[in-house]
Amino acid sequence: MSDAAYDKPMPPLNRDSKPYWDSLQEGSMRLQSCAECGKVRHYPRPVCDSCHSFEVEWVRASGKGKVHSWTVSHHPFHPGFIVDLPMTLVTVDLEEGVRMCAQMHGVEPDQMSIDMPVELGYEAATADLTLPVFRPVT
Amino acid sequence: MSLRDKCAVTGIGETEYSKNSGKSVIALQMEASLKAIADAGLTPNDIDGIIPYGNLEVVAEDFITNLGIHDLRYSAVTPLGGASSVAAVQAAMTAVASGVANHVLIPIGRNGSSGERIGDRVQAMPQFRILGEYEMPSGNIAPPQLYAHMARRHMELYGTKSEQLAEIAVAIRANALLNDNAIMNKPMTIEDHQNSRMISDPLRLFDCCLESDGGAAVIISASERAKDMAQQPIYIMGVGEGHPDSPSIITQRPDITTLGTAKAAPRAFGMAGVSPKDIDVAEIYDCFTYIVMCQLEDLGFCEKGEGGDFVSNGRIALDGELPINTHGGLLSQSHIVGMNHVCELVKQLRGTGGKAQVADAEIGLVTGYGDMGDGTVAIMRN
Ligand SMILES: [Zn+2]
Repeated sequence: MSDAAYDKPMPPLNRDSKPYWDSLQEGSMRLQSCAECGKVRHYPRPVCDSCHSFEVEWVRASGKGKVHSWTVSHHPFHPGFIVDLPMTLVTVDLEEGVRMCAQMHGVEPDQMSIDMPVELGYEAATADLTLPVFRPVT
Repeated sequence: MSLRDKCAVTGIGETEYSKNSGKSVIALQMEASLKAIADAGLTPNDIDGIIPYGNLEVVAEDFITNLGIHDLRYSAVTPLGGASSVAAVQAAMTAVASGVANHVLIPIGRNGSSGERIGDRVQAMPQFRILGEYEMPSGNIAPPQLYAHMARRHMELYGTKSEQLAEIAVAIRANALLNDNAIMNKPMTIEDHQNSRMISDPLRLFDCCLESDGGAAVIISASERAKDMAQQPIYIMGVGEGHPDSPSIITQRPDITTLGTAKAAPRAFGMAGVSPKDIDVAEIYDCFTYIVMCQLEDLGFCEKGEGGDFVSNGRIALDGELPINTHGGLLSQSHIVGMNHVCELVKQLRGTGGKAQVADAEIGLVTGYGDMGDGTVAIMRN
């Protein structure tokens, strides 16, 4: 698909989130780790909710996690996702102690279960945007 | 100082509820407000406080202009989505109990069916910025999807079944059939629910509320004034507001099966000095069947995880142990952002609940719920 035809919602980039999206683009997802107290936080934001430091280090995520919950959408809610239906969206507990939600690929919906091990993958959406996806650990 | 019994609902007003009002949102809100003002035996100029709905489609200035109010002394906004209605009741109570205002009008109204659809508004709201930045690009966009993650985990942890969510939709539909001002007028069975289209598994079409047009309004006054007004005062015994951890994004919430309601409920019951077993009738914000079940747990009507069993076997039906949503709720009456729930509780406690009147209802509860997890609770008596 050419970028001009990409019709899904695009993430608005800002100072706080750009390193995250850049890391996906590089195929190596990074998470914010507080430079003061070491608490890992996600999704990216400017302040550590534990010690209120603005200082942050971006650490590479292992990409390993377990299913916390999921849904299988049969309605797109945005025309860009009609081609993806039915679409499994998964909430994952990452090894680093934070969660994230992304599409789940490579699994039949009825094979999903809580605590199922998953691993992060990367899918180019446009030349400038790479989205995270999860797959079952094989 | 406790607010217990210091304030009362002294007027209620509702427009016709429909899929196409043919009226502007301002007109709907003014119509509901004038009905509430008349119900209270007041004139518009007696209103000296207004809490407009948090989407600010209609603002306090519109009421001053349209109703000719000369001296508005108090206005505030409670932007908690579907929890706004009861949050506004709490804010109005602080204003009238402290003497800042005498009579606070709380209007809500929208063309949620014929105009801007409720499902479309989420992406533009700043409280959901994180969702827009990190999850919408992957397709996790709308409330039925977001709440499906909550419902699925509840099912996996506690064995909750879709058929138990159906019990909620069926009980509430049965009440709507008794209400002349309800949009849905056909009976629903468990089987109908199970055959309804899957929206975002495990939530089916009949787990989701209506999108509809209409307006509703209430007036909150100090109890000492309420005694001399047109209607039997309905006293507010307790009220509470709660915001969940990680309010902007469900994914990061420590326990995705618990709502802000769990923080609000002890405050409301504590102020009221009553417990769930004292509640005769409950109007529970029902944007989704699952959210009703989860609130019943968070309110303490049953333990976490027992909601599926609690709502079964007729317990929440009109003749059951805890009749809920006697008007038909957002699921089957109309989506008036829960102000229709506040109006209905007042009717039940006045004894004007019509065919759906719960016999001898003396103490009732109403909740608001919205913005991905905010919960509000009010407990009232006659
Ligand atoms: Zn820190």
